[in-house]
Amino acid sequence: MIHARFDLTYPGFALHADMQVFAHGIIGLFGPSGSGKTTLLRCIAGLERVNTGAMQVKDEVWQSGENFMPVHKRPLGYVFQEASLFPHLSVKENLEYGLKRIPPEQRRIELEQVVEWLGLNRLIGRDSPVGLSGGERQRIAIGRALLTSPRLLLMDEPLSALDAASKREILPYLERLHSELDIPVIYVSHSLDEVARLADQLVLMDRGEIIASGPLNEMLVHLDLPTAHLDDAGAMIEASVGIHDEEYHLTRLDFYGGSLWVSKVEHAIGSMVRARVLARDVSIATVMPQNSSISNILEARIDDIRDEGPDRVSLRMSVGSRQILLSRITRRSCDQLGLAPGMEVFAQVKSVALIA
Amino acid sequence: MESAFSSADLSAIWLTFKLAALVTIILLLIGTPIAWWLARTRSWWKGPVGAVVALPIVLPPTVIGFYLLVAMGPSGLLGALTQALGIGLLPFTFAGLVIASVFYSLPFVVQPLQNAFEALPERALETAATLRASALDTFFSVVLPLAKPGFLTASVLGFAHTVGEFGVVLMIGGNIPDKTRVVSVQIYDHVEAMEYASAHWLSAGMVVFAFVVLLLLYTFNPSGRRK
Repeated sequence: MIHARFDLTYPGFALHADMQVFAHGIIGLFGPSGSGKTTLLRCIAGLERVNTGAMQVKDEVWQSGENFMPVHKRPLGYVFQEASLFPHLSVKENLEYGLKRIPPEQRRIELEQVVEWLGLNRLIGRDSPVGLSGGERQRIAIGRALLTSPRLLLMDEPLSALDAASKREILPYLERLHSELDIPVIYVSHSLDEVARLADQLVLMDRGEIIASGPLNEMLVHLDLPTAHLDDAGAMIEASVGIHDEEYHLTRLDFYGGSLWVSKVEHAIGSMVRARVLARDVSIATVMPQNSSISNILEARIDDIRDEGPDRVSLRMSVGSRQILLSRITRRSCDQLGLAPGMEVFAQVKSVALIA
Repeated sequence: MESAFSSADLSAIWLTFKLAALVTIILLLIGTPIAWWLARTRSWWKGPVGAVVALPIVLPPTVIGFYLLVAMGPSGLLGALTQALGIGLLPFTFAGLVIASVFYSLPFVVQPLQNAFEALPERALETAATLRASALDTFFSVVLPLAKPGFLTASVLGFAHTVGEFGVVLMIGGNIPDKTRVVSVQIYDHVEAMEYASAHWLSAGMVVFAFVVLLLLYTFNPSGRRK
């Protein structure tokens, strides 16, 4: 477990956070700007010193009561919003800065590994990080943090300062770290799409407080939480690649409760992927639609209906025994169809975004 | 014309160089922590300490020299201390001149360093800490290289300013050949003795020296001033 508890008050801002998460996988720390995500992350690292705080990773206490382990003694990696590379060091020296400062017996990640994982071969010979693109700089910063063989990796919106192309360039690397490294990561983001792609657990923050935390797919579809009411709200489906349809260039993804056809992917049959189905891409029919161009139609049961502003409602549905879907439709459609919790309906999925 | 510099001139030049070099080294050692503290502290003391450090910029050198003379004298605090330690009294010695010059040139070293430290992004220090570097390690591996232009400026200004001092030297050191007679005093002596040619040689030498030093500083260290 990772346990972090901090209370701090600045003029105009207060943090009262008590966070308890499993020390495993990627923990998304999600909330609107100014909700205290970065401050909490800095407290966890010890960059912000809070006297009334406690911080523990597994059996290792970083802070408790009077005890405060200085930042440089904590086995953590920190990736800031901007890469913050040292301009006076070469790319290789930047990568090795932390590596050189940990005893050899604690090194579990080698330079060659990081260079390979993050595709740094072309960059490692550079005399200076000056002039590299944002995405390249951030990859080096991630590699530099990983090379300290951290027991906890802290990432503060590592993609937010990048343009869309650089984001697309880095995300696969992050997904790869996730599957290849057994280091818990606390990942701060205000992009739901990003956390939905990467996170396993989600911690929601608002106004300096943690309002909920738990497994990602539960947190995304909980109608009591703000995540389910955002514009890009939607469910995450973990599915395996079922079959490829070569003729129509499609792939079937299978999950508990159904399957979805998506544009053909390169993944091998049987491999696990994440797919995101946005609430606004799901429409409802009370009878099995005939002659529809929509090929993904799932049998579902309505669990809950909530108003979403004056004209819309959000529906939460179960598909099979485990999968939840969200749908956002107009309130008029909801009334005309006479939708109510407990009803069996057909969910038409207009679009599926495949993530890993 | 005979040799441009008499042996007394050469002795004064060598003494001046020795004094300025020693003072610059001492100032870098004590000025760095003071500048670091001034750049980083949020303490109420920042204002008063900064003002004290800057005093030599505005005070007439004779005032500084006068108070240092009193302090180093037999009834002064410093004088009592040096006598108790068996060193004797400092006025009219080279050591006394060094101490006086350190006070006199302090702001010229501390202020460029302070500016350089203030310009350092806090993020660089935090990054180093998250990469296992202790405060001292960070100072040598990050602060020093990034603040190099500031150190260069500080060294040059500290050295040059010490070379150029006159009032403090006269008050503390007097005019003792090989011990306290530096170039500026030697020039004064030449003028007093109506030896204008000798005064010219030394004065022109000083002008050339100052110009070359500043030229080097501005040519090779442009960022040191821009910050």
